[in-house]
Amino acid sequence: MAEILVLVDHADGVVRKPALELLTLARRLGTPVAVVLGAGDAAAGIAAKAGEYGAERVITADAAQFADFLVVPKVDALQQIAGSVNPAAVLVTSSGEGKEIAARLALRLGSGVITDAVDLASSEGGPVATQSVFAASFTVQSRVSHGTPVITVKPNATSPEAAPAAGAVESVAVEFSAAASGTKVTSRTPRVSSGRPELTEAAIVVSGGRGVGAADGFSVVEALADSLGAAVGASRAAVDAGWYPHSNQVGQTGKQVSPQLYIANGISGAIQHRAGMQTSKTIVVVNKDPEAPIFELADFGVVGDLFAVLPQLTDEINTRKG
Amino acid sequence: MSLRIVVCVKYVPDATGDRRFGEDFTTDRDGVDGLLSELDEYGVEQALRIAEASGDAEVTVVTVGPDDAKDALRKALSMGADKAVHVNDDDLHGTDALGTSLVLAKAVEQAGFDLVVCGMASTDGTMGVVPALLAERLGVPQVTLLSEVAVEGGVVTGRRDGDAATEYLQAQLPAVVSVTDQSGEARYPSFKGIMAAKKKPVQSLDLDDLGIEAEQVGLAGAWTAVDSAAARPARTQGTIVKDEGEGGKQLAAFLAAQKFI
Ligand SMILES: Cc1cc2nc3c(=O)[nH]c(=O)nc-3n(C[C@H](O)[C@H](O)[C@H](O)COP(=O)(O)OP(=O)(O)OC[C@H]3O[C@@H](n4cnc5c(N)ncnc54)[C@H](O)[C@@H]3O)c2cc1C
Repeated sequence: MAEILVLVDHADGVVRKPALELLTLARRLGTPVAVVLGAGDAAAGIAAKAGEYGAERVITADAAQFADFLVVPKVDALQQIAGSVNPAAVLVTSSGEGKEIAARLALRLGSGVITDAVDLASSEGGPVATQSVFAASFTVQSRVSHGTPVITVKPNATSPEAAPAAGAVESVAVEFSAAASGTKVTSRTPRVSSGRPELTEAAIVVSGGRGVGAADGFSVVEALADSLGAAVGASRAAVDAGWYPHSNQVGQTGKQVSPQLYIANGISGAIQHRAGMQTSKTIVVVNKDPEAPIFELADFGVVGDLFAVLPQLTDEINTRKG
Repeated sequence: MSLRIVVCVKYVPDATGDRRFGEDFTTDRDGVDGLLSELDEYGVEQALRIAEASGDAEVTVVTVGPDDAKDALRKALSMGADKAVHVNDDDLHGTDALGTSLVLAKAVEQAGFDLVVCGMASTDGTMGVVPALLAERLGVPQVTLLSEVAVEGGVVTGRRDGDAATEYLQAQLPAVVSVTDQSGEARYPSFKGIMAAKKKPVQSLDLDDLGIEAEQVGLAGAWTAVDSAAARPARTQGTIVKDEGEGGKQLAAFLAAQKFI
């Protein structure tokens, strides 16, 4: 069967969940071959995990370049590996970096590139990608029509399913191009975890907007999130005001989330915010303005002051949990 | 020697309007109101700030797009850019990101550059790959997705807030940068700026001028194909209640009925 190259994203020596989703999707298209770059001592553990999720082969490469320079070292590695594997497609996680790697790789391979797929299917003409476009108001199906399809897939496109495979590890030495050392990473500060679920991975997201009024106000949003085991999101207005970190922003220029349940509090529902949340399964809204456009999306809405509604809801949830 | 800054901008359908596809599944750019992509305003803003800090710089804005795209150039000129280049050719209809990066690379090379500045993504296609592709094609460093950027002594530095970490980056000029909507609010054109923009030079180029063959771009030259595009069914509004002291409890009952609690 055709081999599908999967770039396995990892952080702090651990495979990130979207990579397991990619391996799961890759099995629909062919035989997954995982690529693990710059994992150092963690490579063996990451390779084992990739094997658990269906990677028949795991190709690892380690070099200081992967951490010291931006994007290009990974493109060099993938280009070299694609040259020897000759895959039927290359899958990469849709992050800022993932999309840049995919695009440069596609250009070098003479291939078309599709970004932000939310689903993948196999067809005679190659992988068919589903994308959600124009602020999630259209669903598009597209294909790469030239070369080896290079496709980036959004987190949460599927749920990871284990399917143990050989996971045979091969390590390769990458010959880096002159361009690889073009952009130096002079320092890197890992994001501190809030202890809550990752925004893009969470089953429930509780968000606050300008209606939260102040940084302190987010404590009622966080309390509700914690009662549900949810991630916390914020509108750009709340982020721009400095009330909540940008890494929690939901929307066009933040994270695009598609959880089982999205609770929007004090958010009006601008198109750029909708772009990040309107594919959520169930949407709940708390807003004091009955005319707020976000109510158009609501499966259940409460017209009211979030500072009254949220604490009552949180208490009720905590009581029911006993 | 003066610092040559080229800003790449896109004319896009207004996101608050009714965006749709044409019969060939390309973005409908005729039947809808367009504007300079808001995310490219951040690119123009940072270019102007870098130019002001350097004291000796020239800012050129480049766009690839239909006739109306000149409105995007006018806006950038009225914000303070010095001159503009408009690449416009019927054969460009349907060009994908790879093709666009080819056209931009040729236009930027022809204009001459030390620094290319882009927005983080377009607001219509939202791929966010053109800056990286431009760097690949031009053979210069990419310093992208920056929330802070500075140029000093022929070196560009910036802060990139990624998913897992914040990184500080550094590269020698010439380079391609892209800036996010966290990089600083874009200025509004002043009345003086709007008047001055009317006299600033706008150069029009077609594919011939750039030495690009029609087959390399357009819908036929695209390496991706759209098979279908369907409007997502509108969500149906559910129950809306007014909080009269029991709103939180009513919401809890809904969540319990849906098995979330
Ligand atoms: C290029 C571009 C990209 C953008 N990207 C994003 C993005 O990624 N994410 C994003 O969110 N936005 C984005 N925006 C901004 C977007 O257009 C809106 O400005 C923003 O979403 C508004 O945030 P908000 O809903 O919190 O604030 P507002 O629109 O001010 O709404 C606040 C709401 O809170 C309600 N409220 C006030 N007090 C209370 C209370 N006590 N209890 C209950 N309700 C209350 C009000 O009724 C109102 O509906 C982008 C804009 C542009 C141009």
